[in-house]
Amino acid sequence: MDFLNAIVALSNFVLVPAIAYGSQLALGALGVTLIYGILRFSNFAHGDTMAFGAMATVGMTWWLQSMGVNLGPLPTALLALPFGIMAAGFLVLMTDRMVYRFYRQQKSKPVILVIVSMGVMFITNGIVRFIIGPQERQFADGERFLISARDFKQMTGLDEGLAIKTTQAITVITAIIIVALLFWFLNKTRTGKSMRAYSDNEDLALLSGINPERVVMVTWLIVAALATIAGTLYGLDKTFKPFTYFQLLLPIFASAIVGGLGSPVGAIAGGFVVAFSEVTITYAWKKVLGYAMPDSLAPDGLVQLLSTDYKFAVSFVILVIVLLFKPTGLFNGKAY
Amino acid sequence: MIKVENLHKHFGGFHAVDGASLEIAPGSITGLIGPNGAGKTTLFNVIAGVLSPTSGRVTMDGEDITGLPPHELFHKGLLRTFQIAHEFSSMTCRENLMMVPANQAGETLWNTWFGRKRIADEERALRAKADEVLEFLTISHLADHKAGQVSGGQKKLLELGRTMMVDAKIVFLDEVGAGVNRTLLNTIGDAILRLNKERGYTFVVIEHDMDFIGRLCDPVICMAEGKVLAQGTLDQIKANEQVIEAYLGTGLKNKEAVGA
Repeated sequence: MDFLNAIVALSNFVLVPAIAYGSQLALGALGVTLIYGILRFSNFAHGDTMAFGAMATVGMTWWLQSMGVNLGPLPTALLALPFGIMAAGFLVLMTDRMVYRFYRQQKSKPVILVIVSMGVMFITNGIVRFIIGPQERQFADGERFLISARDFKQMTGLDEGLAIKTTQAITVITAIIIVALLFWFLNKTRTGKSMRAYSDNEDLALLSGINPERVVMVTWLIVAALATIAGTLYGLDKTFKPFTYFQLLLPIFASAIVGGLGSPVGAIAGGFVVAFSEVTITYAWKKVLGYAMPDSLAPDGLVQLLSTDYKFAVSFVILVIVLLFKPTGLFNGKAY
Repeated sequence: MIKVENLHKHFGGFHAVDGASLEIAPGSITGLIGPNGAGKTTLFNVIAGVLSPTSGRVTMDGEDITGLPPHELFHKGLLRTFQIAHEFSSMTCRENLMMVPANQAGETLWNTWFGRKRIADEERALRAKADEVLEFLTISHLADHKAGQVSGGQKKLLELGRTMMVDAKIVFLDEVGAGVNRTLLNTIGDAILRLNKERGYTFVVIEHDMDFIGRLCDPVICMAEGKVLAQGTLDQIKANEQVIEAYLGTGLKNKEAVGA
């Protein structure tokens, strides 16, 4: 029984949150890695693209809610998501046209584009806070729990409860669908293959009748969709606050780099590696260990390796470790 | 067909191409030779739109194509291969060839969802064509191999195959024989001759192997230090004093003059 309790406590406090968080990071890192693979720079504005897309979704959700439209047990935000994606798509295509295209035509070095993207990041950040304000915003509705801790205890008769929030379940399911769609697109469609070809060998792609501007446009649109979905899911799971997306940039980049920049599979793996490390290292293990170990060995302290204040440091540490032993990332990206 | 007029390409103070002028006749296989650093590849890169010229003009059938990007030149039927073979390393040889033709049905978002049959038909046709090309190049057995894993010579063949997937007008081959063994080189030579004869491709070939040049090319253009030194048949070029000087240098004469 104690063993089962230990597993349930572990699932409740570590596995479920880490899987949900990992899915969000994976979706974010996919956007970063696609831009890196195809446009060949690290897009620091990605966090704020997420914020912008999520903001548009929040706005639309509020309007739908005020009209009395809802999805029953599911959050209304899902209905507003396409609108958010369109808004974010419009934003990135505009920035590409007004900013990045100029540097692309100049054949600027990636490092210049990185700095440019930081400029875009600050401006997008400003726009988002200007429109929706810097404070936290609630927009989640519908059923709060798929399984609540109390129901779970009643069902199983265990001391420990397992709570799965609706948003966590939606996050994971959406992430799976999106990733499946993305991989289908990249591997099966001509446009997807063009994108892979362009990422593989730009010089050759240009000599193969692949229109670079089209590849770039499709890439931005996909990235906008990924960013909006990741941003909205994160906002549903926690709350929407513009500045948190800026902070998310670090674990997202850590995920993309750990997996290997430019490798979509790597971005997903990296997302989960970072999420699991972050959650396990900042979790207080007292409870789980209390169940799993004999009473005489049960720990007195919290058995927390690092306070949650340091969770972003975890991303850095994993980044350093992976880069030391495998500089191209776990899945051999293009960053050497 | 292609006319290059007084072309300059400077990298800082270095004049890689320094006022080159030449003309490529339609239907010819023109050889471009010259010592290392003569500016042959830079000239290719400028013509093919990879680099933009410092000054000068390139025209194709009377139309100004100076500084057009590579993919637009591709649509005009101007193709090139690379000195070091390029390939989409994570795709199979067949997929590499299937990537080549432009404006495929599967490129539009609309068709991806609603034009499945059109895409399938087109893919089948492309696949057949790619297999035909592989057959022609005697590398059918590599169709399903990752292009990144085949040998250097086979990559060169694949590069040539790329030009066969579309109706090219003029193809620039940059050291197509470098690092390729005799047998494979002969295969490449045969393919070039056949394409020239059967499909009317015009070729411009950079090559250091004089036997290869002698077998295929007429006329031959010799470049040195960014300028065109001479043009003519290979024998004429070989007899040209300036050319000999460019290849062997004037050191010998100078030494004699000093009396050392």
